[in-house]
Amino acid sequence: MRYAAKIAIRHLLSSWGQTLLLAIGVALGVAVFIFMSALIGGLATLLTQRTVGSIPHVTLEMRDRDPRILADAESVQVVVQKDLSRREQIAIWQPFIPIIAGTRGVTGVSAQIRGSAFIERGQAVAPVGVTGVTPGNLSVIANIGAAIVEGSGDLPVDGILIGRILADDLGVRTGQVLRLVSDRGRERNFRIGGIFSLGIASADRQAVYMNFTAARALFDLPSGISRIEVKVAPVNDASRVADTLRRATGLKVTPWTEENAQLFEALDAQGRTGTIIKIFALITIIVGIASAMLLSIVRRRAEIGILRAMGAGKRLVTTIFVLEGTLIGATGAVGGAVIAWAALAPFPPVSEVAQGGLPIDRGQGQFLLAILLTTLAAALASILPARRAAGVDPVEAIGQ
Amino acid sequence: MSEPLLSVRDLEKSFGEGEARATVLRGIDLDLQRGELTALLGPSGSGKSTLLTILGTLLRPTSGSYTMLGTDLTAASEAERTRFRRENIGFVFQFHHLLPDLSALENVMMPSAAQAGRETAAMRTRAAELLDAVGLADRRKYRPAAMSGGQRQRVAVARALMNRPALVLADEPTGNLDRQSADDVMALIDRINAETETCFLISTHDEHISARCRRRIELLDGRLARAEPTPA
Repeated sequence: MRYAAKIAIRHLLSSWGQTLLLAIGVALGVAVFIFMSALIGGLATLLTQRTVGSIPHVTLEMRDRDPRILADAESVQVVVQKDLSRREQIAIWQPFIPIIAGTRGVTGVSAQIRGSAFIERGQAVAPVGVTGVTPGNLSVIANIGAAIVEGSGDLPVDGILIGRILADDLGVRTGQVLRLVSDRGRERNFRIGGIFSLGIASADRQAVYMNFTAARALFDLPSGISRIEVKVAPVNDASRVADTLRRATGLKVTPWTEENAQLFEALDAQGRTGTIIKIFALITIIVGIASAMLLSIVRRRAEIGILRAMGAGKRLVTTIFVLEGTLIGATGAVGGAVIAWAALAPFPPVSEVAQGGLPIDRGQGQFLLAILLTTLAAALASILPARRAAGVDPVEAIGQ
Repeated sequence: MSEPLLSVRDLEKSFGEGEARATVLRGIDLDLQRGELTALLGPSGSGKSTLLTILGTLLRPTSGSYTMLGTDLTAASEAERTRFRRENIGFVFQFHHLLPDLSALENVMMPSAAQAGRETAAMRTRAAELLDAVGLADRRKYRPAAMSGGQRQRVAVARALMNRPALVLADEPTGNLDRQSADDVMALIDRINAETETCFLISTHDEHISARCRRRIELLDGRLARAEPTPA
């Protein structure tokens, strides 16, 4: 092996111009591979952050209950309708929280009381969706705390947070008092503690956050809760986590992929497109190295003949040429990784990408994978030419 | 007389098939002893190179037998022939056929290093001794491109001797050299042959060279036309 490596290195150095060109070709392929990985990964992260980032990844609710059928189904035609005679609530929810929080992949749990209400101010009436959370869990699902543009995210019992658009529609600011009438007919005054802007119009117009205890009173839920929302990382694990939680709790469990199937498919398709582009980059590298090695063998035919005539075995000749291809691949791969690293350095993190900017995530560049795959591909691409070299007839090659 | 180093019986070599078949060697019977210095004569196309190639195990005969050092080389597999060639046979070609990317010392070491898969201090010492012996002690680090034709051919002779072969096959070793260089190379071969047990079979057109050999055999149209007996 050592002797084969020495001969291979001498070959590469003796025609350094050709070696350099080949390595540059490989480096460009690797740079494309890494750039595409960083771009596709960054794009997925951006889309995820801007869409999935503000919604629950898994939602747990009470199962729908069908009414008991009293009539004999064989003699009477029965139409089963959803039972709306009782409030849908998770009555006993506290034992579930540590179970959910301890599930692999779960990064946050928020027990919530939800309901519809009207905000009244003067003659203006605005329908809103109210979410009651414990103050410490305000930003577990959507990062409301970071979206506060006025006031604070504290949630005292008499305080609420409303969206920027709703505040503008009603012409109110923090510190002012609003009257809320719930769908249970309960009324109460709340002081606006903060105004948030999530950048999602529906949320900024209709979402209202309030203290968990205040929500209990407003929606007439003395002990139960409406739902439990869960955050998962990575978000693509939501289905697996949902299956686990379904088995663990017996509740109705819905992952975000079910309710946002189109987005999930788009992200998936984007990922597959990136994979195809990367495969083509690898194929280009393989074809380039294989054809260069074949040319090198034609050029070095006489030298191969000499080696064989002097007693070098086929294995030594094969090893020399496989090592040549592998060295070109490895050098080009490392060079390409360095080029890509430098080229990607000026791009800001995905979370700071400006409108219209490229969402490049250097962390998802798959540098090590690109180097390993390219080196492996180069070694594989060299095998066939190397076997051809080993099969060179020394008599023909040296013209004896 | 002792057991011959190599023995060839009724050797034939043909190329091609059917009407295109051409027989290059036929009915060759030949024995070579250890320590012989033999000239192989004959006009171009008489089959000298083909015979050397077969004796060097680079080519298989079409029929007949070839035994060297007790090994039947016509029946041996390719791997066995490669190993036998590496251990027992050295080559000197008309064109030096040195590896251009290796120094003179590395070229001389090559047959041993290719066998072992690495270069050792012992190989370096042996190669340096051989370069000293061929008068190129000061050219060890030179690449072939930096040496004259005669110097390259002397490196090729040193390379042929690296594995202490029993037989060195030289195909027109001086054919590409001027008279002075040719005489130098032949004097070198003569001296090594006299100092060692190595048998040299030298294919040549050069009367000066053949005159310095102790035995001459001649090929004509693929047959042995003349074979002097081995000198006593």
